[in-house]
Amino acid sequence: MLKDQDRIFTNLYGMHDRSLAGARKRGHWDGTAGFLAQGRDWLVEQVKASGLRGRGGAGFPTGLKWSFMPKQSDGRPCYLVINADESEPGTCKDREIMRHDPHTLIEGALIAAFAMGANAAYIYIRGEYIREREALQAAIDEAYDAGLIGKNACKSGYDFDLYLHHGAGAYICGEETALLESLEGKKGMPRMKPPFPAGSGLYGCPTTVNNVESIAVVPTILRRGASWFAGIGRPNNAGTKLFAISGHVNNPCVVEEAMSIPLRELLERHCGGVRGGWGNLKAVIPGGSSVPMLNAAQCDEALMDFDWLREQRSGLGTAAVIVMDQSTDIIKAIWRLSKFYKHESCGQCTPCREGTGWMMRIMDRLVRGEAEIEEIDMLMSVTKQVEGHTICALGDAAAWPIQGLIRQFRDEIEDRIKARKTGRTGAMAAE
Amino acid sequence: MTDTALATQVEVILRDHAGGEGAALPVLHAVQHAFGHIPEAAMALIAPALGLTQAELRGLVTFYPDFRATPAGRHVLKLCRSEACQARGGQALIEAAKARLGVDWHETTPDGAVTLEPSYCLGLCACGPGAMVNGELHAKLDPERLERLLAGLLP
Repeated sequence: MLKDQDRIFTNLYGMHDRSLAGARKRGHWDGTAGFLAQGRDWLVEQVKASGLRGRGGAGFPTGLKWSFMPKQSDGRPCYLVINADESEPGTCKDREIMRHDPHTLIEGALIAAFAMGANAAYIYIRGEYIREREALQAAIDEAYDAGLIGKNACKSGYDFDLYLHHGAGAYICGEETALLESLEGKKGMPRMKPPFPAGSGLYGCPTTVNNVESIAVVPTILRRGASWFAGIGRPNNAGTKLFAISGHVNNPCVVEEAMSIPLRELLERHCGGVRGGWGNLKAVIPGGSSVPMLNAAQCDEALMDFDWLREQRSGLGTAAVIVMDQSTDIIKAIWRLSKFYKHESCGQCTPCREGTGWMMRIMDRLVRGEAEIEEIDMLMSVTKQVEGHTICALGDAAAWPIQGLIRQFRDEIEDRIKARKTGRTGAMAAE
Repeated sequence: MTDTALATQVEVILRDHAGGEGAALPVLHAVQHAFGHIPEAAMALIAPALGLTQAELRGLVTFYPDFRATPAGRHVLKLCRSEACQARGGQALIEAAKARLGVDWHETTPDGAVTLEPSYCLGLCACGPGAMVNGELHAKLDPERLERLLAGLLP
């Protein structure tokens, strides 16, 4: 279990002062100018050495991402964009940072922007986060007033501007290129890659898009040393991580824990266990709505990190753990996710625009059992035709939960269809 | 509101955002904040000021779920429909709200008091089921707390 002194977010629950004075008391903004004085390359090397992998879902090494930014500007400005469009159902970790520990993010933004030679940074916050926006803006204003950011930030000679931009309720804007489009004032429709944002991003200029948590942990990594961070968790899955646990646990919560913590320990130590006991567990979606679920047997063994979950054909995603107990109508739960993805498809790529609708309609009948057994395979085949055939990952995100359902709970779908056919309503279908 | 009063207010908003890059969303947010929705007459003024065609601007307004082209009720109630809230009894809450208000999704009560909107995740997953009333979040709701909430909205 992660020791209290190893926690990065010391005000996650808002029990302490979230103002600049309070943040300083907890050790933030300490020696920031010294880090900047060490130079860009040193900063990137430190982040690489810490083994930090992106916290937004894909798990791409953050230091490596930063190193893709041009060393010398070709005349175009460079930008850092921080993705605070936390819209994945189940995910509620970044909002705790922005509401209660906003200075970790602002200090991280300064360091990250300096490390990649960015002229300005934008934080794109989702439309639904209203209090978070207010808290973050207040903290940004404080940092400006204290000379920590703005002209000659922290007296380092580096000019750094930080803007808070407010989204308008579109899930797709969490995709990095859609987010850039939206920042430019257009519809949030993802761009083709390549060119990658590091080559041509915001307004056609080199841009790096990072998750809130990836940026907010950087100052503490520098203060504690890269080896401290790298020493937590299994190799290649370093560090501490915010887990957002929701659903059928006795005490849902957001908690900072060591990477690679066993799922069972995470739920029992911090969430008061599964409702009705561990034996009552049916399935867990370990990383936000877009990753395939784990069944109860996998949950016994599960380690919460990128590599273990990938090996089990699931994913850590945003580490938003949705717990479902035996009372859950699992088919209906996945149907609702299908409906969500259909609603949020931007409509740009045909496989996603049409496929999400088809998947939802087949799921709709599976919920009621009004289908043929063969249609389960047909649904699987539709998901395979959507997966990997779209510009952005929303197509994949819509396909994976369904693939997870079919892999793990095919029996249950078949039972429901058979029950419907024979006129017997099973216990689940009656719900 | 008369057309000239609307035009003056929109002009002020446009002037506040003049010169800013990517100003479309901030302008639309400001207009919606001022009028509660994005009126037809405002769109006619905004598009040329931002260098957009009417079609492009209309595309923006309809693309983003937070923008509305028609007025909502006096209060907007958003209920969370995502998995985490459903696991904590979200569906019962939705049924209760629909029955109490007598409306379905996206509809407004006949007296214009409350518009009911679905939301897929308000970020309240760790304390669901959640709702948002006029931009204010409410967590850990149950039918009784919802009833108290609604009683404050209905005349």
